[in-house]
Amino acid sequence: MSNIAPQNLVCYRTFHLEKPWSIESYKQVGGYSVWKDVVSGKITPEQVIQAIKESMLMGRGGAGFPTGLKMSFVNRNKPGQKYLVCNSDESEPGTSKDRFILSKNPHQLIEGMAIAAYTMGATVAYNYMRGEFMHEYNRCEAALKEAINEGLIGENVLGSKITIHIHNLIGAGAYIVGEETAMLESLEGKRAMPRYKPPFPANFGLYGKPTTVNNTESIASIPVVLEKGGKWFNALGTEKSGGTKIFSVSGHIEKPGVFEVPMGIPFKDLLALCGGMRRNRGCKAVIPGGSSMKIVPGDLMMKAEMSYEGMKAVNSAIGSGGVIVMDDHTCMVEALTCVVKFYRDESCGQCTPCREGTGWLHQMLCDISAGRGKPGDVDRLVDVANKIEGKTICAFGEAVAWPVQSFVEHFRDEFEYYCKHGHSKVKGIHHV
Amino acid sequence: MSEYKLNKNVLNQIDDWRKKFPSDQPRSAVIKSLRFIQDHYGWLSDKQLDALAAHLEIPSIQVYEVASFYSMYHRKPVGKYTLGVCDSISCMLCGSHDLIHYIENKLKVKIGETTQDGLFTLEEVECIAACTKAPVIIVNGKDYYENMNIETVNKLLEKLENEAKNV
Repeated sequence: MSNIAPQNLVCYRTFHLEKPWSIESYKQVGGYSVWKDVVSGKITPEQVIQAIKESMLMGRGGAGFPTGLKMSFVNRNKPGQKYLVCNSDESEPGTSKDRFILSKNPHQLIEGMAIAAYTMGATVAYNYMRGEFMHEYNRCEAALKEAINEGLIGENVLGSKITIHIHNLIGAGAYIVGEETAMLESLEGKRAMPRYKPPFPANFGLYGKPTTVNNTESIASIPVVLEKGGKWFNALGTEKSGGTKIFSVSGHIEKPGVFEVPMGIPFKDLLALCGGMRRNRGCKAVIPGGSSMKIVPGDLMMKAEMSYEGMKAVNSAIGSGGVIVMDDHTCMVEALTCVVKFYRDESCGQCTPCREGTGWLHQMLCDISAGRGKPGDVDRLVDVANKIEGKTICAFGEAVAWPVQSFVEHFRDEFEYYCKHGHSKVKGIHHV
Repeated sequence: MSEYKLNKNVLNQIDDWRKKFPSDQPRSAVIKSLRFIQDHYGWLSDKQLDALAAHLEIPSIQVYEVASFYSMYHRKPVGKYTLGVCDSISCMLCGSHDLIHYIENKLKVKIGETTQDGLFTLEEVECIAACTKAPVIIVNGKDYYENMNIETVNKLLEKLENEAKNV
């Protein structure tokens, strides 16, 4: 069973300590040493970007865009205000990883934000947390106060004339805030409706200024990437998928949990870390990267490795690392109905195909579940999904289309059976 | 403009929050300001929205459109405790629908309704990022109760009832 050695932990490296969220604990693992080197000029902004590029760190929020490349889009020498935004609006169903960085290792996030903001020439950085994260927000606020008191954040950092202001923010409930341009709208105090791109945030971001938005896990990885080197980080994982990745594994397993493990870990080893399938049942299917990603049949997952390329090989993606495991008692019609209801409720309503299509999909699935399925309904589901995909301003369209397409692709017989017989082909969900 | 004024402590909280943003961007403070107001008054009435707009010196519509978009705002009175049961995929797989039915029967309310004594409002919420501890109930939009089952639901309700009595 491949587990990770403590010295190879990245985002969760303080967790074994008492009060891991305190500045004392963070310093015990070498915390703020990289930021001090950046402030003193020992590490230059160019070296920061170079190391992150070498690390092959990919955006951990779900899209997997190379973090180093994204950081290089903003020209630090261009005059005028620029902003760094940390996306802590963790909302993708199945994903529960950033929450623990915020509550148990907030200083590493603060150090990462300071380094990233300075590298892009920004003096202001926002950490936008989802509305329910009040306890996590309080931890981040306490950590920020500690860092300010030690002169690590604020005006004239450690006497260097460098200024970095960090502000913790909290939302009010909306999945779509996690989309980076919707987050900028929300930061401006508006409805979180994604912007049309281009222009991209690097040119026209918060208040129209150059802005970089990165996921919490990506930013929290930065201090360790710089301390130990991009090559070291990259070597933890596979060639194309550098580093560690945090997987939150939920569903029908013995011990659901959150694991920071090397990229490329075989799924069966990850499952073993979770104590295997609940009640020794068979693994019917897995959604490997949050509910927006395509579902994969269990037998394929058992042979797959958890990396960008490994998930591509089974026609899905690592997404946010939210691994949702379903056993052989799961009714796929019921599971998809639940997934689609989420998107129906969370569509921001801006684009017609998404606003209307998510409602149609949910209505059709409710009809099938109520025994009112008609011949042709299964094809109609896929048809509606196809007509949403690629026809919306943001990737939310894909996020609802992919589950529908992949559930039907792999479990079509269950959908057809439900339409024909008016009841589920399998026994149904578990009871508490 | 109305004469109605928001509570002084709430206004102080709002003014502190505004400092996080550039001084020419008062609108950025709307999202959290509405939560300060809701935390104090329990829900958001029209006169409070208008008062916030007046305080931030922005058009009322800019407050209303936020209040109607984000799911944590209550535009009608709710119970002392909102019980938000997550019904997204990980919680559903672990039995959240059974929990919802159980609470509906026990409290004699449907989703979205408040008990007659004004103590509980039952809500269905979308994924709250605690999937590895499913099923999860969030109370008043901030306190997570994880790995829930019938027994722990009963204990939670009892605890909140006692808490309300002792205040």
